[in-house]
Amino acid sequence: MTEDIKNTQKSIEPQTSPAVITRRRFLTAMTAVTGTAVAGAVVVPMVQSLEPTAAASALATTTVDLTPIEPGMQVTAMWQEKPIIVINRTPEMLATLDETMQKGLLKDPNCTVPQQPPYCKNKYRSRIPEWYVGIRICNHLCCIPHYRPKKGSVAPWWLGGFHCPCHGSMYDLSCRVIKGSPAPHNMAVPEYEIDIAKKKVVVTHMYPLAHLC
Amino acid sequence: MGLKEWVYKRSPLPEMWREHMAEYYAPKNFNIFYYAGSLLLLMVALQFLSGFLVLAHYIPSAENAYNSVFGIMYDVKYGWLMQYMHIDGSSLIFVLLYVHMARGMLYGSYKAPRELVWLIGYTLYLVFMAESFFGYVLPYSNLSYWAGTVITSLLKSIPFIGGWVTTIARGGPGISGDTLGRFMALHVTLVFILILGLIAVHILYLHKVGSNNPDGIDIKENKDSDGHPLDGIPFHPYYSVKDLSGFGVWLFIFSAIIFYAPTFHHIFLERTMSTPANALKSLPDVTPPWYLSPFYAMLRSIPNKTGGILVMVFAVLVPFILPWLDRNPVRSTRYRPVTRIMLIIFFINFFVLAWVGEQPPLPKFFLTERLGTAIYVGFFLLLPIVTMFEPTRKPPARVRYRAH
Repeated sequence: MTEDIKNTQKSIEPQTSPAVITRRRFLTAMTAVTGTAVAGAVVVPMVQSLEPTAAASALATTTVDLTPIEPGMQVTAMWQEKPIIVINRTPEMLATLDETMQKGLLKDPNCTVPQQPPYCKNKYRSRIPEWYVGIRICNHLCCIPHYRPKKGSVAPWWLGGFHCPCHGSMYDLSCRVIKGSPAPHNMAVPEYEIDIAKKKVVVTHMYPLAHLC
Repeated sequence: MGLKEWVYKRSPLPEMWREHMAEYYAPKNFNIFYYAGSLLLLMVALQFLSGFLVLAHYIPSAENAYNSVFGIMYDVKYGWLMQYMHIDGSSLIFVLLYVHMARGMLYGSYKAPRELVWLIGYTLYLVFMAESFFGYVLPYSNLSYWAGTVITSLLKSIPFIGGWVTTIARGGPGISGDTLGRFMALHVTLVFILILGLIAVHILYLHKVGSNNPDGIDIKENKDSDGHPLDGIPFHPYYSVKDLSGFGVWLFIFSAIIFYAPTFHHIFLERTMSTPANALKSLPDVTPPWYLSPFYAMLRSIPNKTGGILVMVFAVLVPFILPWLDRNPVRSTRYRPVTRIMLIIFFINFFVLAWVGEQPPLPKFFLTERLGTAIYVGFFLLLPIVTMFEPTRKPPARVRYRAH
């Protein structure tokens, strides 16, 4: 019996030997590394399952039919949960764009802040002067501005444009922000394709440098 | 051996009962503010019940969510009762949370050795904020829609990954039916389970160090021959029965609100909750529920967008370090009159901020907003200095207590 106990003690003793400790540390490290790798591999699909679904991504573009939009009219459509405004501007309306610049009313008349794709960096802020396509969200705190095309409708000097009901931001008919508004920048313009022959606009994706609100 | 002993030998419950109820000694001088903790437990249980029953009829989709909530109100038998229990319950939980925290501040309950109890409790308060936010997006009213848009867009200000986090939170470029699905999952599983877990941890950490009391003195310093604190009484039956009578009074108030003032003058249920979500029609002014509006007022008080967000985040997080801002070794403000006056000003100021946060953003409120923010921030900045030099009376050796 005593012999047996001695033998057992002998087999226990080497547990504290450096070789065993090294082996144990190696095993612990291996388990930790493998465990972390497995957890990391599982987290990726788990987080990705929260990304927008294929169905939601399929709704990413919006097509607007231009046929019913007569000169001076506007249409608001939904694109990626955001309102998109399409305006058919008359020559008189286009003339106000120069007038606002001449009177020095605008914060950024030459559109130097990239709130629009390069092909829209002009006073019309559009591909084709008559047709304005833009996101109808105020640059200040995400409200939906009212369309006020009539002269003098917001203030005696008003030339037509947008007026935000929340905090009073004002924009001209190219959605360029007017001085004295709390909004810092012009309203954003998304990337879009326009086909005058087929009378349609396809809003494709957000212009990445533009700042919504 | 009877059945009772057979179970006792195998069950951990009798020992837990002794440790946390029958032989947990609490100070005998608790006052009315000490009801808030047990009432919060009651309210969380009731929120679970009413929430479970309204969830049984709720449809988390953009097309049906709003109508299903109206269906609960008008078509489901007693659905209106379950719904108002849930809506008013959430506001009352915040009433109780504020009373509970104010009591902790008045009697120095956050001070050593209870710092971790305060940290866990304050985390719990923040998790309750998240829970109520997910909850009020679910009905998909126009307020839900715009509140959801504004709050999730705050995530955009996270450096580098803000845009991606916002998309993940919304499940798309904006608030939609997909958002409702994940918010419901968060509201009823993850965040709710987090609340239950944190409540358990909060109580376990409290029972390790023992309860504070209005005199802020350590009852474990005076013990009888059995080793029990002379100024302590067993939680069960003394405080368990006292809390039950508190439940009775509280349920009377709760039912009075549900039956006679269910919207509480549109403070507990805002008018804009009664129009369906509309992405093309933003609200004239998006104000948060009353319990978050002090922080909203502070956000608005700073004319700079990033500055406003920073002040709000500071205001929400700074109470975490309260145990280390207070330098006075005496706990209760009963013996620290200057801190007590500062606290009373702080509490009144919090109400003023809540009120001004609900007002439209007009210039006539700017001064109040900015003054309120200055007082809120000033309290936390002044506290370490004042508590080092303030005149302090010596607390009594034993708790002040009048038998009744």
